[in-house]
Amino acid sequence: MKVTLKIWRQPDAQTKGAMHTYDLDGVSSDMSFLEMLDVLNEDLIAKGEDPVAFDSDCREGICGMCGLMINGQAHGPEVTTTCQLHMRSFKDGDEIVIEPWRADAFPVIKDLVVDRGAFDRMIQAGGFISVNTGSAPEAHSVPVPRDDAIRAFNVATCIGCGACVAACPNGSASLFMGAKITHLGELPQGQPERDSRVVGMVSQHDAEGFGGCTNIGECTAACPKEIPLDVISQLNRDLQTALRHGH
Amino acid sequence: MAASGIIFILYVLAHMYGNLKAFSGHDAYNEYAHHLRTIGQPMLPHGNLLWLMRIGLIVALVVHVYSAAALWRRARSARSTQYVMKKNLASSFSSRWMRWGGVTILLFLVWHLANFTIGKVNIQGGETNDPYNLLVDTFEVWWMTLIYLAAMFALGMHLHHGTWSAAQTLGLTNNAKSRRNAKTLGWILAVLVAGGFSLVPIFVLAGVIN
Repeated sequence: MKVTLKIWRQPDAQTKGAMHTYDLDGVSSDMSFLEMLDVLNEDLIAKGEDPVAFDSDCREGICGMCGLMINGQAHGPEVTTTCQLHMRSFKDGDEIVIEPWRADAFPVIKDLVVDRGAFDRMIQAGGFISVNTGSAPEAHSVPVPRDDAIRAFNVATCIGCGACVAACPNGSASLFMGAKITHLGELPQGQPERDSRVVGMVSQHDAEGFGGCTNIGECTAACPKEIPLDVISQLNRDLQTALRHGH
Repeated sequence: MAASGIIFILYVLAHMYGNLKAFSGHDAYNEYAHHLRTIGQPMLPHGNLLWLMRIGLIVALVVHVYSAAALWRRARSARSTQYVMKKNLASSFSSRWMRWGGVTILLFLVWHLANFTIGKVNIQGGETNDPYNLLVDTFEVWWMTLIYLAAMFALGMHLHHGTWSAAQTLGLTNNAKSRRNAKTLGWILAVLVAGGFSLVPIFVLAGVIN
């Protein structure tokens, strides 16, 4: 099949970017979306042009490294990561618009690659538990109610890809933050730092320049792991509790 | 946004319910308007409860508008470069229209207070110190009714998203069931308040209330 690609090209963070159009022939519907971009890049290299920079790592949908805005949808038309999107989701002759995540907290490094260090700094500000390293504790020594374990596991699937921020009209990272707060807050090991976690993460979120949540719900629709909106309610609840405790 | 919004929700519910007095006729409606000022007497001086409510509403309005402006500003600076193509998948129209809808309601509020409270403008040139007659004279004019109905549509949309959003902000929707319930409550309040308010102007225009 043949597709027309409109891709954001930007040589570096300082230079202004623009959309460029490329025609690509011989695309198989069995190719993954990133393989299709690999083919484009081979063409560009053969022609002596600069290949399109994009992020990817595992290409199995579990690392959260890839992430492109495809035809106005984070990760494209399927509920999955960009690497797990295949060209069978498109038709011959389609025009495909590819942009990087747009958020000032995720500055563009080059072309479609953005710096998501803001997420790392939010994790450093509270998205962790403090445990002694060394021998693992006996798993049965800390009982966890089944429902709590299921909820924690479900939201622990968040891979921090940033699709929630990319899809949010406010540029808010509340779904990512809520997933971490809920994941750790549901488990006994997360309790000692529960208050400082939410206060630290929210402060860092705001300092990074993410927008405020208005509960619009675009984030959860874009999330490849289908993290539900109730993690944002949980985030707000935990924040109220922390503030009541004097944080 | 949530706390001040809930104050407004309670207020519009009471205001809408009170307006339905218009169906009881001239004397009952004016007696209701008068009673709003004498309520609580002799513990409270004349008109004081009304003023306490007004002060509460003004404070809520300042907080609501300030918070909305802060969120709007943050959203603008969080994405200074816009997408060439961006689709909305799951968000309701009402949720995306909260800001301009809010501005619409604020403009309507100025209009409404000028019409009935501060300015008391009788569009047909009749008396203005008789609440019932002012009401009927106003809504007999078709374009006045149209302005009010349009404003009620904006209010209904605002309540549709605002109710569920307030529940979410207050941390009351921690599972799928409570989320569904909060969204249903948003629909109920939107239809109840916007619909209830719209009854009086429609029935005046239809000649039932005269």
